[in-house]
Amino acid sequence: MMERLAYLWPEIAVFATTCIVMVLGLSRSLAVRKASALVSGLGLLVALYLAITTTPGRIGGTLVDPAHGQSFLPTMVPFAKCLICIVALILLPLLAGTVDRAEEARIASGRGVFNPLRSNRAEFYSFFLFSITGLLLVASADDLIWLFLALELTSLPTYVMVAISASRHRAQEAGVKYFFLGALGAAMFLYGFALLYGATGTTNLNKIYDIFTASGISTLGMLGLLITLFGLFFKIAAVPMHFYTADVYQGAAPGVSAMLAFVPKTAGFLAILLIVGTVGWRFGPEGAGASLPEPIRITLWVAAALTMTIGNTLAVMQSSAKRMLAYSSIAHSGYMLVGVIVGPGDASFSKSGIAAVLFYLLAYGVMNVGCFAALAAIERKPKAGEDEAREIDHVDDLRGICRSHPVAGWTMVLCALSLLGLPPLLGFFGKLPLFTSAVSAGEIPLVIVLGLNSAIAAFYYLRLMALPLLEEAHPRAEATEDAPFAARRIAGVVSAGGVVLLAVLAGQLMTQSEIAGRYMPQYKPAAAAEQSQPSLMDALQAVPGVTGGR
Amino acid sequence: MLASLILIPLAVALAIVVLPAASARAAALLGTLAAAAMTVVALVQFDWTEGGLMQFLTTTEWLPALGINLSFGADSISMLMIALTALLGPICVLASWTAITERVKTYYAWLLILQAAMVGVFVARDLIFFYICFEFTLIPMYVLISLYGSTNRKRAATTFFLYTFTGSVITLAGLAYVAYFNSTLPVDAFAGAGTWTFDIDTLEKAAAGQMSLSQQSLVLLALLCGFAVKVPLFPVHTWLPLAHTEAPTAGSVILAGVLLKLGTYGIYRFALGYTPDAFVYYAPVIATLCIIGILYGGLICWVQTDVKKLVAYSSVAHLGFCVLGLAALNHTGIQGSILYMINHGLSTGALFLLIGFMYERYHTRNMKEIGGLAAKMPIWATFMVFFVMASVGLPGLNGFVSEFLCMFGTFQASDHWSTGIWGSENAATIGATGGKLGPWYAAIAALGVIIAAMYLLIMVGKVVFGPLKEPGGHDSHGGGHSGGHGADSHTHLPPDLTAREITALVPLALACLIFGIYPKPLFEALKDPVNDTVAWVHKIAPPPMPEGNVNPSMIGSVEIGSPAANAASNVQEIAR
Repeated sequence: MMERLAYLWPEIAVFATTCIVMVLGLSRSLAVRKASALVSGLGLLVALYLAITTTPGRIGGTLVDPAHGQSFLPTMVPFAKCLICIVALILLPLLAGTVDRAEEARIASGRGVFNPLRSNRAEFYSFFLFSITGLLLVASADDLIWLFLALELTSLPTYVMVAISASRHRAQEAGVKYFFLGALGAAMFLYGFALLYGATGTTNLNKIYDIFTASGISTLGMLGLLITLFGLFFKIAAVPMHFYTADVYQGAAPGVSAMLAFVPKTAGFLAILLIVGTVGWRFGPEGAGASLPEPIRITLWVAAALTMTIGNTLAVMQSSAKRMLAYSSIAHSGYMLVGVIVGPGDASFSKSGIAAVLFYLLAYGVMNVGCFAALAAIERKPKAGEDEAREIDHVDDLRGICRSHPVAGWTMVLCALSLLGLPPLLGFFGKLPLFTSAVSAGEIPLVIVLGLNSAIAAFYYLRLMALPLLEEAHPRAEATEDAPFAARRIAGVVSAGGVVLLAVLAGQLMTQSEIAGRYMPQYKPAAAAEQSQPSLMDALQAVPGVTGGR
Repeated sequence: MLASLILIPLAVALAIVVLPAASARAAALLGTLAAAAMTVVALVQFDWTEGGLMQFLTTTEWLPALGINLSFGADSISMLMIALTALLGPICVLASWTAITERVKTYYAWLLILQAAMVGVFVARDLIFFYICFEFTLIPMYVLISLYGSTNRKRAATTFFLYTFTGSVITLAGLAYVAYFNSTLPVDAFAGAGTWTFDIDTLEKAAAGQMSLSQQSLVLLALLCGFAVKVPLFPVHTWLPLAHTEAPTAGSVILAGVLLKLGTYGIYRFALGYTPDAFVYYAPVIATLCIIGILYGGLICWVQTDVKKLVAYSSVAHLGFCVLGLAALNHTGIQGSILYMINHGLSTGALFLLIGFMYERYHTRNMKEIGGLAAKMPIWATFMVFFVMASVGLPGLNGFVSEFLCMFGTFQASDHWSTGIWGSENAATIGATGGKLGPWYAAIAALGVIIAAMYLLIMVGKVVFGPLKEPGGHDSHGGGHSGGHGADSHTHLPPDLTAREITALVPLALACLIFGIYPKPLFEALKDPVNDTVAWVHKIAPPPMPEGNVNPSMIGSVEIGSPAANAASNVQEIAR
């Protein structure tokens, strides 16, 4: 029991914070309710600390015991939790002012008194924390049922958050769309899980791995794997499960869209790595094959190529900045799928696709939050008769904002260039290991597709860069003003700073993500299923860089 | 030492951002002069007797997980290119002195950042650092063209960015492949083999020495995707005239002077260094593209009415000569090519300056609207004629030397030519001759020289001489008197060049003259690195020798049975 708990301290911390925030939401005082964001931030900080110090599988934590956690990617767990907490901490200030804004403005102007029944603030933040809890649980999953519950815990709060994030019909429409398609995705991977259970007789990922390694993958098992993957494609917004993305991102408030681009995507990629990890990247007799099983490899290959191409091509055609970023988010999923196909390589960062994916998730999280923060930090002045300022969405609204709103403008410029992968920004160092690992795995055609897609992407990222920096505001454009939430600008500054500084200081992060991307079965070649547990421990102890005793 | 050449412009750029706009151009001038002074110090400290050695080497660990270091070093070729960059820096600031009146801080800050990135390309000894600088030149140039260019600037800037970005992403894939290839080699093959590194020298040994011809060919293709676009070679040159025409004067000067040379420099360093087998094998193809570019560029120039576009297309033709010299694969050709990089930067840079000065006064570049400016601007006309002569290749000026060497190298680069060459003490050593081109290539390329003389002289004839013609209703029949106020009333510039403009032109003119009359110091400086390169190419891919004239030292230098020797024998078979 305690061994299992050792995995869960960050989740427990976030969940406890969630409960505190919900209780705060019962308060009759506005000041107390306003503290909910602060409390959430403190909870995430504690979770980050716990993820660094206690989670088994890495420096600072203890070594993993295969009886109490998934054992083929054990070092991924702490890294994933750290990256989730870090990006969640940047997301949190971006959510400022998303709900209850009109109500609180009315109170501030003295036209009304605080009505506890009409405030959603605390609920909004606790939904955010619920979602983060789910995401952390995905990282530590070792069982299909656990994985399913964690994925649903990640997604369910986001449906509500989308719907209440803005007081307009489009947000509700987006929420409904997202919910129905999300339910479809969930149904798909649940069906896949059921088939996997039928094929192997167990829901434990370690045991599924052992059975697949010992006796191959049955047709039923392969069907289960493929259906699961398609279900998870919904989470990462990969083709062919990407259709909801643009509408939902556009409908939601920018802070929530930024969250949608990171939280479900990260959940999806962690889950995909776990599911694909049960068959391994050297699938074959005695774990000595050349690559993933062919049907899975082909599925992922086609999905990756289509996802980046369709995402980038459609993004070029958009005139709404949020839709553009939505399609760009699809394209980036395609880039990361390349790393999933490549797999762990050998124990070096430059050849490990998993390490590249984990590093890219962090890089993408940071630069993507920056772009949405730039959108959230500016809004149109309310027209006569409107009591609420409207957010900017059309790319033309971005014209010249480097001069009129320097913080938001430069955040957009830096983050768009980083998403493009222009050196020496963070996005380049995220993309470089994808290149090197795919080249090392011999996936040259995929590298060419990736390269050409980076070039297509230049079309629209260049617009996102050039409009704020080089253009003048349109003379007939509606007047814009800084959104009255400094927190949103802080989120932007932090991401823009991260895009520049993390690129310079990426060395340690790369080392950590290399350790995190180690696929344990490859450290114990030709291990039979029944010997796997003791020999795995030996293998883990032999891994350079993983120190610390039990 | 070399790092300071990058850091000074960056620091000045930062200072410009902080300082008020009124002092931006002065700060930029001081900054570029400081960088130039620092470059002079570096040039003095450089040991020119050992020009082939990488000097001022420093290495700092950056991202060990990806094998990336910050390492700098320069041989004499790098030093000359840095000197060219540093020389053009203050000249560009002087050229923009009155032309840029809006958003001056942005302009000068990006100009200095651009200079830092260009120097970075030439001093990089780490492949990723090279690539970072190579790519990063795009953003400042994009901003300069798209903010300060003429009417069609947005499209020109976007085309420029997308073209070069697309090509260089493929180059990155090729470089990643070389790094991967090196990491798969046995550790004892040579120092650095079997590790993941982006060290330029280590990877050179890996790629050139161990790859098969087909692997090298793929790498060469990937490299050319980026570098040929940058040069630009014939089928991928279409961005250049647009970018040149729309760019502000200083942008054109830097584009022609240095940015295009990043492509030829890349071909010299990486296509020759990393993939000599493939380069030798495909030299005829590359040379053919160059010759098409020379003739096609020249013919297009002939029918141009836009002066700036004419000079832009002439760059396509000139850079064709430059790469042709590299493809000749012998001492003469490569030396000529590197001289060409510098000389083209000087003379074409100056031509763009002159056209910029003219445009600032008349706001047109159309040869139908202007003519006979010698009557109005005698100093300008003198410089114009001088630099056109340098560009045409008049003996006694710099263009002649390099163009002649490129042609001569191409001419003598036949399989069975092995006697010594003019001007080289190393005539009899390995690699003094060889290559796969020959008199035919040279003969056809020589047509380009004639065409170049034709279009440039026609341009001079129309714009400088003949009856005075000024735009905007000042078409004077009798002389300059009625057009006297037309131009300067708009721009507050005197009719002829100011002292500032002359100051910008004189260094270039002096350099053209000195390198034309007395190019020997340059030859001396380039001898060692070019010898090393030629020896390297011919060690990896030995040229077929005539019967009975086999150089024994060369046969011994490649181990029989090594991939390189196998590849080389493949090349020989195919060549026969």
